[in-house]
Amino acid sequence: MKKNMSRKPVILAFCCHYCAYAAADMAGSMRLSYPSNVRVLRFPCTGKIEENHILAAFEKGVDGVLVAGCLEGGCHFLEGNLRARKRVERVKQVLREIGVEPERLEMFNLSSAEGPRFAEIVKEMNNRITPLGPSPLRKDDAVLEAGIAQMDMEAQLAIQGGTK
Amino acid sequence: MIVADRKKIPEIRDMIKDHKKVLLVGCGTCVTVCLAGGEREAGIIGSALRMSLKLADRGTVAVDECTIERQCEDAFIDVLAQRANEYDAIVSLACGAGVQALAERFPGKAVYPGLNTQFIGILESQGVWTEKCAACGSCRLGQYFGICPIARCAKRQLNGPCGGSRNGKCEVSENTDCAWQLMYDRAKAMDKVQTLEAIAYAQDWSTSNDGGARKVVREDQCIAGMGPKA
Repeated sequence: MKKNMSRKPVILAFCCHYCAYAAADMAGSMRLSYPSNVRVLRFPCTGKIEENHILAAFEKGVDGVLVAGCLEGGCHFLEGNLRARKRVERVKQVLREIGVEPERLEMFNLSSAEGPRFAEIVKEMNNRITPLGPSPLRKDDAVLEAGIAQMDMEAQLAIQGGTK
Repeated sequence: MIVADRKKIPEIRDMIKDHKKVLLVGCGTCVTVCLAGGEREAGIIGSALRMSLKLADRGTVAVDECTIERQCEDAFIDVLAQRANEYDAIVSLACGAGVQALAERFPGKAVYPGLNTQFIGILESQGVWTEKCAACGSCRLGQYFGICPIARCAKRQLNGPCGGSRNGKCEVSENTDCAWQLMYDRAKAMDKVQTLEAIAYAQDWSTSNDGGARKVVREDQCIAGMGPKA
């Protein structure tokens, strides 16, 4: 492990505003415990998440990405979550091509009422990624933090654009 | 339109791994529509390439991306002229024509293809493109009820169908429509099936691409003294 690199994996949760983000909020309100190394980014819909958003996260050095959208059939924008699932599969294919474990990326579906499920998903991803070790593209913590902050800002801009 | 698909990332990486600074250039026309080499794909391929280079211990190779309106016409490449000077190689995400247009425009620079150009075709359904035209230079679609036997029949049969037509599909693949069945259906709808019984004359292949690069010349449009290049 390089210097200035934390031992815990850094996982980004790309969350839909209408379900997973609310579920994460509920998990907090319920005082449920889940791994603290997950960082939540809020998007207006998982359909707003492009393949290059996910790839950018890996390029910036995160160890894992989970995309959490509404239950199938329950998307606020009808089929954003279905598109997101296809994009996730396509990004996995790219990751496989370049030699990064595709298991580092996964799509989940849940409703806004499922706070405990959100906590479970985060634990599941953490349990999956921890044994894989740090991403081969992992950067030192300061660079990674700056990258995540930039992605968070971009996601916020997407929210503002999407809710006008 | 021209349909293409992306090369595997390791193949592109191996082409550029010995360069220092590489510009990935998307094209805003056909390959944008077929989701292979537009602005979005340039971003995806650029990101994947940077990661792939880093994992291959070639992280010092810088990869930037941009997209221009059209790569197959010199006037549209003007916008790249200055920027291209900063790079020692270009990966073109255009069709083969675009790649070669960039190579002609930048003689001292390495230009590589990022896509495999497939065919002239159309969108069949979302995410599915099918070949429709073989650019043979001697179109006979009028005779064949708008279905091209050269591009769409596995045997290029001008007098068909063959014995391999099964329930409207070609014996080559159950996913391939029999061009002659399609022709027959259209002829029947027009009540002109008997015209398919006439023996068709052989194709004039002299117009096809077996004699080097073909040219189309419009003398009236040529500027005096600037006719076709030899």
